[in-house]
Amino acid sequence: MTALVPRVRRRISFPHMVKVFQRDKYLYLMMLLPFVYFIIFHYIPMYGIVLAFKNFDISLGIMDSPWVGFKYFEEFFSNPYSWKLVWNTVALRLWHLSIGFPAPIILALLLNEIRQERFKRLVQTSSYLPHFISLVVVCGMVISFLATDGPINKIIMYFGGEPIQWMQRPEFFRPIYIFSGIWQDAGWTSVIYLAALTAINPELYEAAVIDGANRFQRLLYVTIPGIAPTVMIMFLLRVGQLLTIDFQRVLLLYTPATYETADILGTYIYRRGIVGADFSFATAVGLFQAVVGLVFLLGSNTIAKKLGQTSLW
Amino acid sequence: MINYDRTTDSRIFDWINYLLMILIIFATLYPFYYITIVSLSNGNAVLRDEVRFWPVGFTLESYRLVFENPAMSRSLMNSLLYTTVGTIINLVMTALCAYPLARPKFSGRIFFTWVVSLTMFFSGGLIPLYLVVLQLGIRNTMWALVLPVAINVWNMFILRTSFQGIPEELYEAATLDGANDLQTLFQVVLPLAKPVLATLLMFYAVGHWNEFFNALIYLDDRNKFPVQLILRNVVILGRFDQTNELSGGSDFAAIEQTLRYATIMVSTLPILAVYPFVQRYFVKGVMVGAIKA
Repeated sequence: MTALVPRVRRRISFPHMVKVFQRDKYLYLMMLLPFVYFIIFHYIPMYGIVLAFKNFDISLGIMDSPWVGFKYFEEFFSNPYSWKLVWNTVALRLWHLSIGFPAPIILALLLNEIRQERFKRLVQTSSYLPHFISLVVVCGMVISFLATDGPINKIIMYFGGEPIQWMQRPEFFRPIYIFSGIWQDAGWTSVIYLAALTAINPELYEAAVIDGANRFQRLLYVTIPGIAPTVMIMFLLRVGQLLTIDFQRVLLLYTPATYETADILGTYIYRRGIVGADFSFATAVGLFQAVVGLVFLLGSNTIAKKLGQTSLW
Repeated sequence: MINYDRTTDSRIFDWINYLLMILIIFATLYPFYYITIVSLSNGNAVLRDEVRFWPVGFTLESYRLVFENPAMSRSLMNSLLYTTVGTIINLVMTALCAYPLARPKFSGRIFFTWVVSLTMFFSGGLIPLYLVVLQLGIRNTMWALVLPVAINVWNMFILRTSFQGIPEELYEAATLDGANDLQTLFQVVLPLAKPVLATLLMFYAVGHWNEFFNALIYLDDRNKFPVQLILRNVVILGRFDQTNELSGGSDFAAIEQTLRYATIMVSTLPILAVYPFVQRYFVKGVMVGAIKA
């Protein structure tokens, strides 16, 4: 058989390569600037991770700075405060997974039950809006509404309570962080789940109705299984970000008075690395953060596969 | 869908659901409304806590002060500049990257797709990138804000998908007419991809306008600050610019809150103004992304 079918052999000879390059020269030309961009702003910084193992001297540059091995990792792990930071980061992620993560799902399910299209669109349009407002404005609003003489405390005082220093008390930081995040992004994130909801086959609902399923049963046995894969993928992505919390929001909301619960790896890297110019040490902490994130992503993906659910790849 | 939900339980649920949704609309929009009416009110009325549902002692005084503050107007101009230049760079670079990756016969397609995709999973992190910007000598210039974010890989894939949706015959026709790939991109493909380009334009522009962190770490010169950074100083840290005629004066307490809210309004108005017109595009964009993922 094989003798009868002429084999198509790939010619990868030099003249052929020149010809292909000739043919694609404009495509390579187009790719040139984007390629340079990715090298300079993505791949060189990746190489820059070696700083974590070097004593960076700005006059010597990355290449010629002397190696120091795991010195900065030892310094980081031997400091009890580092474990505090790790815990704060994990705790914030756990708060997010238990409250912030379900919020857009619930919103999407509730929106899905609304049959008046115009009203539904009105709710969606207004709930997306905060997503496009800058983080500085949103955090500024939170701070000013929760200020000692702000509207929230005025309401508390109106009902005879004592004003609370919301932004100065460590125990309030995590709820404030989570709820301001929900307020800003739950509407927008719900779009992903709404897209998954529209992909559910309507025949499934018709079949369920014929079988006598009521509204709640349809939600339970058709809708929720229908979006489960999407939920799973989003959940895996979030677990993989266990240590990489959006620290810009933290940076805007925390004060030294709330560091006890609010200071996380991201903000610490910023303060040590950028403010304190302790480049090597901060790179080491960043590497630790990234490696743990990767391990968790791989781990949660494996577990999801074993459970017979959707996985990321 | 079949109408099967005429039971009492189902109706009660509908009522509660509608009520909840109205609550969500209120919780989303009232803060913006509140900020608007306070910024338009007399400072003393705000201090006496009289402003609830409409402006009390309507005045544009705080807006006048905001615009007369040289730091503020300069920062608005800076933001406008960074947003314009940044978005143009974004669109050109994204299109240049998306087109070759969308051509099925491009010999470097697999290699470059890998080069691009890997950056979604691995990054050097904050400090190494900061040092690259430092060593390039573009720190404390506009370029530090626009070059490191020149291509958003997610957006690039959205554009590539839309390029792939254009019928192959059109590419062939362009080639037969003697157009090279660059001409095909700018004269045939981009005009056809206008709706997607509009979406990306808005994504990128909003991103630049709202950006504060890169400005915080890369800019030292106060004259170069974008509006978000000024806003952070005013609203988060409570620092008003010293050049303001009123700052520190005895009247200042009365106007502090209205001034703060007027500052928020001025910086957010561009977004609020374009939002109703473009929000549909945004949703379409994120849908494409969600389906891809």
